[in-house]
Amino acid sequence: MVSDTWQTEIDRYVDAELSGEQMRAMAAHLRDCPSCAAGVLQRMQLKRVTKLAGKRYTPTAEFRRLVEGRVTARTRRARRWIWAPALALATVLLVGAGISLNRWSERSRSQQLLGELADLHVTNLAASTPVDVVSSDRHTVKPWFQGKLPFTFDLPELQGSPFTLVGGRVVYFEHEPGAHLIYALRSHHISVFIFRDRPELDRAFSRRDYSVDLLSFHLQSWTVGGLRYFVFGDASPEYIRQLSELLRKAARA
Amino acid sequence: MPLFDSLYNFAHWLTQNRDEAEDLVQETYVKALKGFSSFQPGTNFRAWIFRILRNTFLTSRTGLQASRTVPLESDEEDPAVAVTVETPESILIERDSQGRVQAAIEGLPVIFREALLLCDVEDMSYQEIAETLSIPIGTVMSRLSRARRALRQALGEKVQEAKHG
Repeated sequence: MVSDTWQTEIDRYVDAELSGEQMRAMAAHLRDCPSCAAGVLQRMQLKRVTKLAGKRYTPTAEFRRLVEGRVTARTRRARRWIWAPALALATVLLVGAGISLNRWSERSRSQQLLGELADLHVTNLAASTPVDVVSSDRHTVKPWFQGKLPFTFDLPELQGSPFTLVGGRVVYFEHEPGAHLIYALRSHHISVFIFRDRPELDRAFSRRDYSVDLLSFHLQSWTVGGLRYFVFGDASPEYIRQLSELLRKAARA
Repeated sequence: MPLFDSLYNFAHWLTQNRDEAEDLVQETYVKALKGFSSFQPGTNFRAWIFRILRNTFLTSRTGLQASRTVPLESDEEDPAVAVTVETPESILIERDSQGRVQAAIEGLPVIFREALLLCDVEDMSYQEIAETLSIPIGTVMSRLSRARRALRQALGEKVQEAKHG
């Protein structure tokens, strides 16, 4: 009589479901247990006759052809339709690639423009005369640009702020004239560039409000009233933001 | 077509009827083609398509009738299928009478029959059977064990009938 302990193991042994170690343990047990050995033999014989008897039904050739025909027809239809999702997928990929390329192009363009602004900022500060109009009075600096630029702008009142207006000059950026104002914050100099807004600038900076940190410089940019402002310098982002806010208020006033 | 003969054989064992088996196989292929996107590459295709066939069968009229006569699931010993003939000789005698073995398999409740056929005829592993029937491996082992006990009992009875008849 096969012990209960080995009943399940015998089934698993016959069905090749035991691990290598379990198989070895079972083989060792079978050498010492005639009852279990007989049980294994019986199950193997039963499994064999079940397999032989179980392969009972064979499909007719006619039925095989029928199903093959239907499956083939369906597959052909499916192949035709597979182009629809494939085309949609390709379109999505192309649009995605286009958007990615466009975004990469815009990022690349903005980096180029930022580089130009950084050059303007650094080279002007290094020049012997960084500004053409030297004054801390906004009512002196602003009128100086009249007739030199095709637009006008308002400058903020700085009383109570940590900033001092140093002066200004005309610069050219992307072949367009603009105002370059310099503000002092203790020993820091912050550049404010004001240009007429252009679609290419919007595309390059991707949104109306833009800020970025670049090589320890900080920049904020925005558009208001058809003008694009850039505030650029090595002062902390908080001061850049603070000066930007003063300029925004002045433009809105 | 992959697994056509195996699927047909299994379908015929489930339905016990040629026309129904053919319908079942056709429907299985249609569903498999339609739902091929649901097949996850790297998983077992055989278990997947057999599962489609089996689920289709369960929703058929014959399948619903069969499922209504399913014995209660239990891991405990079933006295009704207790072993009465456990000698290898009886099995060897039956080897000469394939019809008797087939009749014994036919007489098994469908949940035992399908597990036994998938294991011994299709050579599926317990894991594959579990995936096909959507049941735990422990239940697969339990069903197989009960199926074999029932089969042995039925074969023993048939041998006794043959001896006395």
